[in-house]
Amino acid sequence: MLEIKNLHVKLEDEDKQILNGVDLTVEAGKVHAIMGPNGSGKSTLSYVLSGRDGYEVTEGSAELEGEDILEMEPEERAAAGMFLAFQYPVEIPGVGNMTFLRTAVNAQRKARGEEELSASDFLKIIRAKAKTLKIDADMLKRPVNVGFSGGEKKRNEILQMAMLEPKLCILDETDSGLDVDAMKLVAEGVNALRDEGRGFLVITHYQRLLDHIKPDVVHILANGRIVKTGGPELALEVENNGYAGILAEEA
Amino acid sequence: MALPEVKQSATEARLSALSLPESGCLKSAREAALSRVQTMGLPSRRDEYWKYTKPDTLVQASAPKAAVFDADEAPMFSAFERLNIVFVDGVFDAEASDDLSLEGVTIDRIEDICCKDIHWAKDLYGVLEARGQTPVERPLAALNTAFASDGVAIRVTGKVSKPINFTYVHSDENSDAILHHVIRVETGAEVTILENGPAASRFNKCMEIDVADGGKLHLVRAQGRDHERRAATHLFARLGNESVFKSFTLTVNGVLTRNEAVIELTGDDAVAHIAGACVGDGDFHHDDTVFITHDAVNCESRQVFKKVLRNGATGVFQGKILVKEGAQKTDGYQISQSLLLDEDSQFLAKPELEIYADDVACSHGSTSGAIDEEGLFYLRSRGVPHAEATDLMTLAFLAEAVDEIEDADIAADIVSRLEGWLARRR
Ligand SMILES: Nc1ncnc2c1ncn2[C@@H]1O[C@H](COP(=O)(O)OP(=O)(O)OP(=O)(O)O)[C@@H](O)[C@H]1O
Ligand SMILES: [Mg+2]
Repeated sequence: MLEIKNLHVKLEDEDKQILNGVDLTVEAGKVHAIMGPNGSGKSTLSYVLSGRDGYEVTEGSAELEGEDILEMEPEERAAAGMFLAFQYPVEIPGVGNMTFLRTAVNAQRKARGEEELSASDFLKIIRAKAKTLKIDADMLKRPVNVGFSGGEKKRNEILQMAMLEPKLCILDETDSGLDVDAMKLVAEGVNALRDEGRGFLVITHYQRLLDHIKPDVVHILANGRIVKTGGPELALEVENNGYAGILAEEA
Repeated sequence: MALPEVKQSATEARLSALSLPESGCLKSAREAALSRVQTMGLPSRRDEYWKYTKPDTLVQASAPKAAVFDADEAPMFSAFERLNIVFVDGVFDAEASDDLSLEGVTIDRIEDICCKDIHWAKDLYGVLEARGQTPVERPLAALNTAFASDGVAIRVTGKVSKPINFTYVHSDENSDAILHHVIRVETGAEVTILENGPAASRFNKCMEIDVADGGKLHLVRAQGRDHERRAATHLFARLGNESVFKSFTLTVNGVLTRNEAVIELTGDDAVAHIAGACVGDGDFHHDDTVFITHDAVNCESRQVFKKVLRNGATGVFQGKILVKEGAQKTDGYQISQSLLLDEDSQFLAKPELEIYADDVACSHGSTSGAIDEEGLFYLRSRGVPHAEATDLMTLAFLAEAVDEIEDADIAADIVSRLEGWLARRR
């Protein structure tokens, strides 16, 4: 599904290298988790994959279902099935959440040559999905993320993911800022989307989320490189012992 | 005191191209206005109040030529149930207009004020304009009072069932129109007035609005889409106890537009909202100049102005809130913002507060900025194409001003014009 090879990334405006040769393959139907110390490059990786400005790929490649995504515009990547649940969802005053989502859903459908969803079909679907995530009608009407609590923003990200039904879902610390119940809701939302044809890349600092969303593979990213890959037990090791041991081992 | 020579000669040149209309009972009002013009002189670039906007083409003896614009869309507000009043190049067109009788309102042409002996109109014509000349001079408004060749007097006595709509048609590329409307909203009466269309190659329009206690007037106007026209408009409003005046102006294109609004809150608990959204591309200069005077207790005023500028367009905002002694519990708000879609465009703002009462809440803010890149990326990452995402963000920027329109259908019509403008520039 997603194949990243030897990815080197630096900041466009600064002489600062952030990713130093990331190799990572996420197969369809699998959940990969990425853990790693603050500043190790996890969000950078997710931004580079979704096409944010400000980064320069100096070496390596990234393909989604065999297609080179690095040359695509962000909206083309989205239409190709890429989705990033932001670590810090952006507030957009003046744009209604519902309008935003309908525009996005239909833009992607159009880009893929599919028929647009009618207003009433869209409404039906979004209401049902919002309900399972305990997002009320008022939140749907409000401007995108404006005045949402931290947890509400994260649930809103999952709602978008559920509506857009992407092929590859990247979740960047979606668990941070969530209370215990909200974490369960979000995990259920993610699990409901788990599917043969869909891959997940879950970035997190905590084992707790991985109790709910069981990963198939866990990677440790440090200094812009994947330094260790293992099964779910690797997350437990991090939870219990931190990164010191793992990093020393790799050095 | 003698005027500076340049101003004197420019004023004389303009006045020599005009003659006072025959106007019976309005004669003294017109002559007084003419003498105000002669004393003040017409605006020049040296004037502080015209620092950001060159008045030359508004003042020169004849109107600069402006091509008639052929819009490829239905005129605004045409889908609404309304009473339509049409002016072509500043001349009332009875054929094209609806029958002017409507319950709760009387409408007459200003030329009939005297023969029909319409007292309230005689007592209002030129009066609010004259009051509005202090503390800042507005010579183009005095010129208007003196020389206006047409216009209507509207007296609202009840809750009017449908909007009164002015359609201004531009048909002659040399037309130079001066229109003056007087409007009185009586106690407890209510009306919505709509205005749209380019009017003339050069348009000088003045509206004097007197809202009695508990009266309500909603004014929504749309200027545009023609590119070459020039317009100087003045809105003078005086508000009684518990009255409400809300105005929204959409300006689309136009080489030069100066909209002045002079509002006086003279009755307690009155509310005045003045809002505007403009979109300009290239040879576009738009100036909103607002002066709100709080002269009563517990009044609210809101100014919300948003400008979208691209390709070297210029936006100007001069807005003042004056709170007089004794105008306690004043709630004054003012925001002026521009969205610059490129680095060639500019926004010049001069927000001012002058307060002589101690128990007031006034705030003002002015910003100028580009599209929020974070927001843009967020939208694109969800699959919204760049152009569409930019338009969404642009409409979102204008939303605070458009939200000032109370009627949802009218607001929707305004939004669709904005969408059209943006779509044509993709
Ligand atoms: N636009 C930028 N300008 C300057 N430095 C940047 C920028 N983007 C990323 N960095 C730097 O790159 C490094 C990696 O940042 P990134 O946000 O990818 O870390 P992270 O692994 O997601 O950390 P966290 O766990 O705290 O979220 C950090 O040192 C960060 O300061
Ligand atoms: Mg991060």
